[in-house]
Amino acid sequence: MAVHGFRRTAADRIILLVDDVEKGILLSLLEQLLEFVAPGVEDEDPLVQLVGLDPQARPSDDPAMARLFPDAYLDDPEAAGEFRRFTERSLRDLKSAQAQAALDTLRRSGEKVTLSLDDAGSWLGALNDLRLTLGTRLAITEEGMDELANLPDDDPRSPAYHVYDWLTFLQESLVQAVMPSD
Amino acid sequence: MSTAPAEIELPEIVEEVDRPWVTIVWNDPVNLMSYVTYVFMTYFTYPREKAEQLMKQVHHDGRAVVSAGSREEMERDVTAMHSYGLWATLAKDE
Repeated sequence: MAVHGFRRTAADRIILLVDDVEKGILLSLLEQLLEFVAPGVEDEDPLVQLVGLDPQARPSDDPAMARLFPDAYLDDPEAAGEFRRFTERSLRDLKSAQAQAALDTLRRSGEKVTLSLDDAGSWLGALNDLRLTLGTRLAITEEGMDELANLPDDDPRSPAYHVYDWLTFLQESLVQAVMPSD
Repeated sequence: MSTAPAEIELPEIVEEVDRPWVTIVWNDPVNLMSYVTYVFMTYFTYPREKAEQLMKQVHHDGRAVVSAGSREEMERDVTAMHSYGLWATLAKDE
């Protein structure tokens, strides 16, 4: 897969070179992410949209969803529920907007994706959400990384791990490109 | 009239009322060390050295207190950490 990561130009643009296969994978992943993080259709209550308060918000049974939208209080379900009702909707809106912004820049680009620093912030958030989702699905642990890195090709986890590994490389290069100088 | 003792005690009381909550960031196997440092530098505007030290504390100890303040301030910080994809909670400072 890719040998190119993100790099920063002298004019403070961020550049990523992608071939058709890489672009197709990123488009597909970002579309799935957008669907995954978008607020559910059942809370299309205009009041919910207006004030960002979601009385239906509950912690998810899906570990990947729970990782993207974690409880804010460890040992206080009541406070955690209250916090979630006030914040989850706007967090979903933010994550959706980041995935959408990354999709938009990718769709309008050819082999060379050029990002402003603002775009780069959206990409950083979207890449992180993708890695959190895939990493949770792969049940990644710090101790288990060696095993995953040496999976035989016929292991069912192998394709997802290779994508995860590539996204890690991309995100690392993007962090280095946008890191404040001090 | 004697106001001096009240003036002496006041700072302690204010501190207890104002800063009894903390934001804790927890270790997870996915977030990159460089990304966590970037978040601490960008959101909290901590200098690189402090951001890296907190990142290492999260990595090695499993958790680190990254900010302290009122409950409202800590809810804002936790919301921000969740928006960056970091695993964070708030708690009363013990």
